[in-house]
Amino acid sequence: MDVLPAEGLLAASWLLIALPLAGAAVLLLGGRRTDRWGHLLGTATVVAAFLLALLCTFQLAGLDERSVDVDLFTFISTGELDVRAGLLYDPLSAVFVLLITGVGSLIHIYSIGYMAHDPARRRFFAYLNLFVAAMLLLVLGNSFVALYVGWEGVGLASYLLIAFWYTRPAAATAAKKAFIMNRVGDVGLALAIFLMFAQLGTTSFEGVFGTVGTLAGGTITALGLLLLLGACGKSGQFPLQAWLPDAMEGPTPVSALIHAATMVTAGVYLIARSAPIYDLTETARTVVMAVGALTLLIGAIAGCAYDDIKKVLAYSTVSQIGYMFLAVGLGPVGYVAGLAHLLAHGFFKAGLFLGAGSVMHAMNDQVDMRRFGGLWRKLPVTFGTFGLGYLALIGFPFLSGYFTKDAIIEATFDRDDWLGWTFGGIAVLAAGLTAFYMTRLMLMTFFGRARWEDGVHPHESPSVMTVPMVVLAVGSVFSGALLVSIFPLSDWLEPVFGEPEEAAHVIAPATIGIALTVIMLLGVLAAWLFVGRREVPVTAPVRVSPVTRAARNALYADTVNESLFMRPGQWLTRALVWVDNRGVDGAVNGLAATLGGSSSRLGRAQTGFVRTYALGMLGGAVLVAGALLAVTAG
Amino acid sequence: MTLTYYLVLAAILFTIGAVGVLVRRNAIVVFMCVELMLNSVNLTLVTFARATGTIDGQIMAFFVMVVAAAEVVVGLAIIMSIYRTRRSASVDDANLLKY
Repeated sequence: MDVLPAEGLLAASWLLIALPLAGAAVLLLGGRRTDRWGHLLGTATVVAAFLLALLCTFQLAGLDERSVDVDLFTFISTGELDVRAGLLYDPLSAVFVLLITGVGSLIHIYSIGYMAHDPARRRFFAYLNLFVAAMLLLVLGNSFVALYVGWEGVGLASYLLIAFWYTRPAAATAAKKAFIMNRVGDVGLALAIFLMFAQLGTTSFEGVFGTVGTLAGGTITALGLLLLLGACGKSGQFPLQAWLPDAMEGPTPVSALIHAATMVTAGVYLIARSAPIYDLTETARTVVMAVGALTLLIGAIAGCAYDDIKKVLAYSTVSQIGYMFLAVGLGPVGYVAGLAHLLAHGFFKAGLFLGAGSVMHAMNDQVDMRRFGGLWRKLPVTFGTFGLGYLALIGFPFLSGYFTKDAIIEATFDRDDWLGWTFGGIAVLAAGLTAFYMTRLMLMTFFGRARWEDGVHPHESPSVMTVPMVVLAVGSVFSGALLVSIFPLSDWLEPVFGEPEEAAHVIAPATIGIALTVIMLLGVLAAWLFVGRREVPVTAPVRVSPVTRAARNALYADTVNESLFMRPGQWLTRALVWVDNRGVDGAVNGLAATLGGSSSRLGRAQTGFVRTYALGMLGGAVLVAGALLAVTAG
Repeated sequence: MTLTYYLVLAAILFTIGAVGVLVRRNAIVVFMCVELMLNSVNLTLVTFARATGTIDGQIMAFFVMVVAAAEVVVGLAIIMSIYRTRRSASVDDANLLKY
């Protein structure tokens, strides 16, 4: 991969990061003075970044090598470590930049309406801008260190935004949980970077990928697994998936932007970007696939049982990112499929979350689907856009999910070994489950009898909210066909992942397409049988099968985390506190008490009687004289 | 000339003085016993000066006398002030300075 120095507009691509960052700085430092126009500035910076990204990408498309390095300044220079801050504008980062700024712009616009009545709207836009800046740095950085800075930046923004309504204990707890679980993954990424520097002496993408082949196989596998740990933390993959559903405590636009479309896909970006490392280690790739397959199943099962509309969508996100991990774990044949699904997912999941936000907006922030029902008549635009997103997600023929998910499942079966058949089978099963839980969500929310709480009068959202939803719905419908057939992503990404090889299909694509459609229809039918044709009770049934109970508890992920890590951690803390109080403090206090006690006991010798002192002096003198005599005589 | 008589006398005087300091309570008597001990030492100094034919001991004895005179002045003043506040000249009554 040849990299050209940046010229023209691309040389100014640092503005992409600087614009939202400046927006965040103005809004945070300007304080209340910016309250009146803060949301407009926040939106304007991101829209400007989107337009700039479009122009940059057009210029990039016209270049021969389609890969541009923007050298900025020396970031760290100490001893052998010399990190240059720079940006790498290549087809992969261009795709992400367009997704982040494009979907980001729509969600900023939507937030103007959604957060209109929130007194802290300016702070919200400041954090959103901060997030966009950090996320752009993550995908544009030309070294793992720059990526790490962005990585931590989005973690911070995610924490701040989950805890946006920090007076609610649930939101504060969810933010802490997200932050701590992300930290576990970040340790993996940090260790991977340390390992690169120790073994290769460089952290830039160019340097690492150029020399990684010289390392021992075990070291490369370790690198791959550590990077995977980082990716799992950020993307909510097994075993670090439990934070993502809780993160829905944040405002809904945050769930749409950060916890569906962009930040949680950073793990997929990391693995796709590190393709030259994963190409050399079959073991790490297999682990990536296994993690993806396991997570997509866990997410799909948990999604079937929740009644909270946002949590169902969150588990759906976990599951869909599992598909992307499965795809990128396949190696060269899967990267493009995974990224196509990522982009399509960015559209329809952001649209679904915005739709859920619109429903909540109409229902006084109610999230329990058992209190919805019959909303299609009251919220026609939301219903239409949500419905298109729903069809795209379950893989309805010729909508985006159909193309991108099919490609992943096809590529999985094409491995033609027991791993391929197992993981492919899981993916097909989960596709059916996806259809089931999404249909259940649709039926409970938009159809059936109205089960609204008293005093709720649903109303359609203002157009500032519905227009972004419509745009995203259009994207959900067409992005799949666009990315797979009309304007193939594989051609665009060819400079990064190489020429797409002609796959030898084990099962004919048409067969898979038909089979998946049948399975999808079975899922929809099952949902109609279980949910649609009978009355939905307003409170969740208590007497349920163990399977349902396990699914309601997200397969006991929280229980496992609590009993394996949280409780032992608390015990350890308590033991340490005890050792500190009794051991360390005890030794210090005991020494002081001993000294004090013995000195006061010695003080008793000071009786105040002159004659006692006189006797002491006499005795002393006699002793001295005796000693002198003994010495001289001896 | 034999030193023994002088030294034995000085030892007897010193012992009387020391025992007096330890067993008597009256501050004046204790004071006189201290003087007795000082003078027994003076006697020893003068005896040895005579025996060796030097005057170092005698000079030392003069110094002791001067110090003793000064000590008497300060000591009697202290005893007077104690007597004024406590209506007693017993050394055991002046026992405030303790633990």
